[in-house]
Amino acid sequence: MNLPIYMDNASTTRTDPRVVEAMLPYFTETYGNSASRNHAFGWGAEAGVDRAREQAASLIGAGPKEIVWTSGATESNNLAIKGAALMYAKAPMGSEGRGHIITCIIEHKAVLDPCKRLEREGFDVTYLEPGSDGIVTADLVRAAIRDDTILVTIMWANNEIGTINDIPSIGAVCREHGVVFHTDATQWVGKMPTDVERDNVDLLSWSGHKIYGPGGVGALYVRRRRPRVRLQAMIDGGGHERGMRSGTLNVPGIVGFGAACEICENEMESERERLLALRLKLENELKGLMDVVEVNGHSERRLPHLTNISFGFVEGESLMMGIKDIACSSGSACTSASLEPSYVLKGLGLGDELAHSSLRLSLGRWSTEEEVDFAIKEIHQAVEHLRALSPLYDLHNEGIDITKIVWQSH
Amino acid sequence: MAYSEKVIDHYQNPRNVGSFGASSDVKERKDVGVGIVGAPECGDVMQLQIKVGDDGVIEDAKFKCFGCGSAIASSSLATEWIKGKSVDEALEIKNTRIVEELSLPPVKIHCSVLAEDSIRTAIEDYKKKNGQPVAAEAGHGHAH
Ligand SMILES: Cc1ncc(COP(=O)(O)O)c(C=O)c1O
Repeated sequence: MNLPIYMDNASTTRTDPRVVEAMLPYFTETYGNSASRNHAFGWGAEAGVDRAREQAASLIGAGPKEIVWTSGATESNNLAIKGAALMYAKAPMGSEGRGHIITCIIEHKAVLDPCKRLEREGFDVTYLEPGSDGIVTADLVRAAIRDDTILVTIMWANNEIGTINDIPSIGAVCREHGVVFHTDATQWVGKMPTDVERDNVDLLSWSGHKIYGPGGVGALYVRRRRPRVRLQAMIDGGGHERGMRSGTLNVPGIVGFGAACEICENEMESERERLLALRLKLENELKGLMDVVEVNGHSERRLPHLTNISFGFVEGESLMMGIKDIACSSGSACTSASLEPSYVLKGLGLGDELAHSSLRLSLGRWSTEEEVDFAIKEIHQAVEHLRALSPLYDLHNEGIDITKIVWQSH
Repeated sequence: MAYSEKVIDHYQNPRNVGSFGASSDVKERKDVGVGIVGAPECGDVMQLQIKVGDDGVIEDAKFKCFGCGSAIASSSLATEWIKGKSVDEALEIKNTRIVEELSLPPVKIHCSVLAEDSIRTAIEDYKKKNGQPVAAEAGHGHAH
């Protein structure tokens, strides 16, 4: 086992060496512009891109013509949300009442910020609040739909807590009301079975670097039939990607994206099971070793490989300092200029003190049981060390409810 | 974020951890002053207890801290610095000296401010318990 160990696969993943191998010839041998129709270099590049389009489409049950290459999930989300809003707007630029959009408060910023921009530009946005389990239900969506709703955008799985929304049912509600449905599936696709037909999805975003592919390349699925979804382009230029996203294609990146999709499709079943067993071990042993350890979000509807755990009375950043051989994320944002804890955890209604006390651990293709055992031992030691220092843990042990104390806030 | 060696040392080997008894007990003790500053929702709470001799010298100090490594180091350092000082000398300790000693980066200055506040609050508590006047200056707020 090499230290430090990597448990931050929800941030990004190691590129699979098989993916790198697939990419390499496209840098130095088949280096043509895939839009060059007059020579073998161009044809070779185009063949690589076409194959990747099939691999990507196959992973989500789509057709190859329904894939638009982008630079990543951020761009895919921007294109889907702004592109659909502008295409289906009910009033021209400069007016109010241009249409209603539904999203959720615990979406990724790459969804929330485009929605906020649209809000400033005359659209109305409803931000749904999930329950404390972090789940957005089809009923919540149904209740929010209005006559002027043009777009619903709800993530498939949450990047901080790993909770899974009921996308097929939300999609069905949207279909019933004739509303375009986008899902940010960055954390879901490649890890869990996806079928845009069965699951009633119109637009779907994902990113290469979360699925053991290269960074800087992503895809947007855009439904072509029943119903055909149209988007206004965000990047204008040479008219690539059927006019939806101009710019010479990143051929090696796209080839790598395709290869990553194919590997995920082939290995998903066994990988899921293996990672689920490791995650459950991690959660259960930590809960068994210490009191006031809470797994955040719904207990069952969650990704196999990701967990977000609050260790009561211990501040997240100091905990990270105590586990420096484990690369992971903390729900506490004390390092940044704002001292706000994660808006996702706060969105669940989690008390700030628990939000400040959380770790996100995300396993991946190369995670081993030995690493999980090591993480359990390290985290246990660090939490015990910090609880011995924690005035809040003392109060808790004296039977005092710290949420009832009036703190000298500052 | 990179921590200075001194912060890491205080984090790994915090000095003077503990208290002089449960919160309900020390409330009654006239020789003990308690300062609790910060709030869990801000991500840091410091508790400083001082034990003061008849001569007004801080004989012993104990801390507990919920907070980041810099907050832990600031309060640990504060206990080292105030031990053996008179209460009035201890009041002279400014947060900027803590920042210098621990090489705290700008985003962590609030940790040193909190440590200074905890010293003052503990001393004020001690003085109030003993019928001594406390300085008019209230704890200065600091931006979060
Ligand atoms: C749910 C979700 N959406 C969008 C993104 C943005 O992906 P990218 O940085 O690849 O554009 C991420 C990754 O951070 C994510 O987790």
